[in-house]
Amino acid sequence: MTAATTSSVTAKPAGENLRFYGIWLIGIAALIVLPQVFSSGGSLTSFSLIGIAIVFALSYNILLGQTGLLSFGHAVHYGLGGFAACHMMNAVVSRGWPIPLPFIPLFGGIGGLVFAMIIGWVMTKRAGTVFAMISLGIGELVASSSLILRSVFGGESGITTDRTALPKMLGWSFGPQLQVYYLISFWLVLSAIAMYALTRTPLGRISNAVRDNPERVQFIGYDPHVVRYLAYCFAGFFAGVAGGLTAINFEIANSALLGAIQSGLVLFSTFIGGTAFFFGPILGAILVTYLQLGLTNLTTAWQLYFGIIFIGIVMYAPGGIAGLLMMHRPLIRAGTLWTVIPSYLVAIVPTVALACGVILTIETVARYSGGDPINLFGIPFNPTSPMTWLTAAVLVVGGAFVARLTWRRIAEAWDRAATVARDRGYLA
Amino acid sequence: MLELIVISTLNGVLFGMLLFLLSSGLTVIFSMMGVLNFAHASFYMLGAFFGFQLTKWIGFWPALVLAPLLVGAIGMAVERYGLRNTHKHGHVAELLLTFGLAFAIEEIVSMIWGKSPLDYRVPALLDFPAFTIFSTNYPAYKIFMLAISVVIFVALLLVLKRTRVGLIVQAALTHPHMVGHLGHNVGRVFMVVFGVGSALAGLAGVIAGPALVTQSDMAASLGPILFVVIVFGGLGSLPGAFIASLVIGLVQTFAVALDGSLASAFGPLDPSTGPSVLTDIWNVTIAQVAPIVPYMLLVLILIVRPMGLMGTRES
Amino acid sequence: MSGAVSGKSPAIEVHAVEKRFGNVGIIRDLNLSVAQGERHAIIGPNGAGKSTTFNLISGHIKPTSGEVRLNGDLISGLQPFEINRRGLSRSFQVTNVFARMSVWENVRCAVLWATGHRYAFWKNVDSLPEVRERTAQILDDIHLTHRRDVPAGLLTYAEQRELEIGITIASGATVVMLDEPTAGMSHAETDRAVSLIRRLTEGKTLVIVEHDMSVVFGLADRISVLVYGHIIASGTPEEIRRDPKVKEAYLGEEAH
Ligand SMILES: Nc1ncnc2c1ncn2[C@@H]1O[C@H](COP(=O)(O)OP(=O)(O)O)[C@@H](O)[C@H]1O
Ligand SMILES: [Mg+2]
Repeated sequence: MTAATTSSVTAKPAGENLRFYGIWLIGIAALIVLPQVFSSGGSLTSFSLIGIAIVFALSYNILLGQTGLLSFGHAVHYGLGGFAACHMMNAVVSRGWPIPLPFIPLFGGIGGLVFAMIIGWVMTKRAGTVFAMISLGIGELVASSSLILRSVFGGESGITTDRTALPKMLGWSFGPQLQVYYLISFWLVLSAIAMYALTRTPLGRISNAVRDNPERVQFIGYDPHVVRYLAYCFAGFFAGVAGGLTAINFEIANSALLGAIQSGLVLFSTFIGGTAFFFGPILGAILVTYLQLGLTNLTTAWQLYFGIIFIGIVMYAPGGIAGLLMMHRPLIRAGTLWTVIPSYLVAIVPTVALACGVILTIETVARYSGGDPINLFGIPFNPTSPMTWLTAAVLVVGGAFVARLTWRRIAEAWDRAATVARDRGYLA
Repeated sequence: MLELIVISTLNGVLFGMLLFLLSSGLTVIFSMMGVLNFAHASFYMLGAFFGFQLTKWIGFWPALVLAPLLVGAIGMAVERYGLRNTHKHGHVAELLLTFGLAFAIEEIVSMIWGKSPLDYRVPALLDFPAFTIFSTNYPAYKIFMLAISVVIFVALLLVLKRTRVGLIVQAALTHPHMVGHLGHNVGRVFMVVFGVGSALAGLAGVIAGPALVTQSDMAASLGPILFVVIVFGGLGSLPGAFIASLVIGLVQTFAVALDGSLASAFGPLDPSTGPSVLTDIWNVTIAQVAPIVPYMLLVLILIVRPMGLMGTRES
Repeated sequence: MSGAVSGKSPAIEVHAVEKRFGNVGIIRDLNLSVAQGERHAIIGPNGAGKSTTFNLISGHIKPTSGEVRLNGDLISGLQPFEINRRGLSRSFQVTNVFARMSVWENVRCAVLWATGHRYAFWKNVDSLPEVRERTAQILDDIHLTHRRDVPAGLLTYAEQRELEIGITIASGATVVMLDEPTAGMSHAETDRAVSLIRRLTEGKTLVIVEHDMSVVFGLADRISVLVYGHIIASGTPEEIRRDPKVKEAYLGEEAH
């Protein structure tokens, strides 16, 4: 648990510097090479969506992880960024401005930023629960208004555009998905670096302080309202960039971009990935987008799986995936990780059994009336057969019972390893 | 015109009382436990769906009692096995838990009952016009809804003023930091309060189901309005929630009933101006704006009085 | 207003301040004057209103009536951060740090405003030499250099109290107010904390709430005695020791 909080390394020694830049360079290299390895149209589309989702989730974490603001309406900026980008693209084409496509996400960002600057001051007057409720209300307000202001938002059908009609740059037309992928990757890297840099500025650090203790911040000279407002504006800007990328990718912006579903998804991605580390939302965005793309074909209940994963993370691993991973760092350093591995291995079987039981139960309910067969890792089940129900029940009850025992063993092994790590000075 | 005013006032008060049935539970839970239950509207939805199902099996009147009890039991389970374990991670985690729950409940409901509206009928016993105003027949079922809400309202008042639990709740409303000193049974009090709050939401669902639309998105569409109500009234203030419920109930009902637009008031714009934001705003009817009116009120109150109407404390 | 250095306004001047919570008057006709450079102790029984007085001066709560001046300027009604920017810094009786941030970050955040970096989002916080030096200096002063990367929430109680002092003095404020800085510390820890306070507030105005009488009489130039929200006596340690009202109301029961 505690590892999640020691994220402050100051004045790094040379070795760490090297590793730090190494990670970024590896990330960039991976983005370049990825489409060469997986070059099918489907995977290119997926990578593009994942890239956008990462920018969006990172922007959300400026609020949630960095400043402690829980927003239920972040997609407002994403969507407005998308609309701003679409209008800009159409204007570039109709007016003949010499602005090539790669600059368009900037206008998406400006769209998100301008709205954040207008509405943010009122919204960030309050933090905590009230802010959460207000963000929800503003989200609804904008989503509903977008249907009224048809001339701007195009009503139900939205605003379409043609990305290839813009002036070419370096001979790229951005017709092929590969070129769009590289455009998205470029903005992903740019935005990620900018957002990471933001965490290392005075404003970034004071945002953390506001997150931890807004009252005390006032007694070291800062107005928490201003801090929240500035953080909100940055989050709005980068969400707008993500929205602009979406507009380029789909060549359309519609009111669904602004809606509660998008706001919920970005919250899920960010939280599941982990808010306490910069890379947490990246993991979350990859996982959630990937699951979303994969599960929609397999099951109609895919959203329920998100809900369940999310609830599980909130209850048992509030640090998210990143938190779970980083918990192990002091153990690795102290050399005690191997003492917990066996208990992990033991826990795998009952945990997987439990998960299968839950999946079987959900799919049985979902397909009961339709009668479609369930295919669980190659094993067919009939949702109307009592045998299926029995199997599901046995897996859930038995799995849960045994799994709890093994989880307890993990906790014990963990405590022992952590004690050793603490004695060796790798854990506070 | 007069007819419209009378009918809309009746409908508005009815909607307001329904909102209060929900917002009162939400407020009490928030004041005592510091948790804003995002799933409150989902409990309302569960009430409607359980009401529908039980009505099919055993009739409306038993369902009216049983469905809220079921929802209350679910609420208690959520408090006992969910919130209590999440409490140590803070209020944001608790809010997120209920958010995830709301999401999951919506998915489960649409998985079982589908996404289209259910045929949840007004019970035959109440399916007649109570009275006729001008030319409008006012349905008896709506009067029944109003009566139930008022009865619950009075019962709540009595419980708050006369019982021990009521005193504890009242103390919690005025001195939230004192709740910790309630003694060793504080967990049980929380569970009961959460259960009762959920059951009230369930009851609202059972009675609203036949009159409004029973559909798997009803929580998602009512929830935000509910949160507007409690922020507007001032988080943690029961009188504030009451006033805000009525205000928003009335305002929204009237807005829906009004067909006017700027164009109808001041005449159409010069047709030579093409479609623009101005024409959109000029031509939109008040009825079309109705869904966003509560949120406009929210922004307004935040500018004028960030604490809410009757709010006294920060979050 | 006896403590005032001639020609210069008092560092803090509280004039006829009242504070009511509901209809309970917690602070009644409070008058207090702290001269520039003075070490002023406020003593009084629990619940007398010492912390409330701190809250009133530092802008945490607003007086029902009356006025507070800092270096002659009216500050009652200002926001806490505005008062802080004018050079008044306070600590809290109940430790009030940034729990998830490291000790280093805690202190550094408290340095940022005073060094002029404010809300800057174009500077790398790690490459601001004066910030780094000052933070390192303060960590050294409060003896927490070896704990610099530990989250503040995981420090021991005494360490958190020291960090609390560190955050308070980090901005370099000229008027420092410490609310029971040694509460709950052992004898040895108290001694260490007191010498720390003495050293760090050299040349500054200090207002301190303290229960340990040996600390109070050893440290303070002047002492005010607060009972039921009213200052019943104010003077040098000698005057306070001799004051019959004080003996009766306060020292009588507390003196060992
Ligand atoms: N926000 C508040 N609301 C109501 N009463 C308060 C508040 N803050 C302090 N008090 C009351 O004011 C009195 C003085 O408290 P305090 O200033 O903390 O005393 P001291 O620091 O001298 O021990 C106490 O009786 C306390 O209960
Ligand atoms: Mg005190």
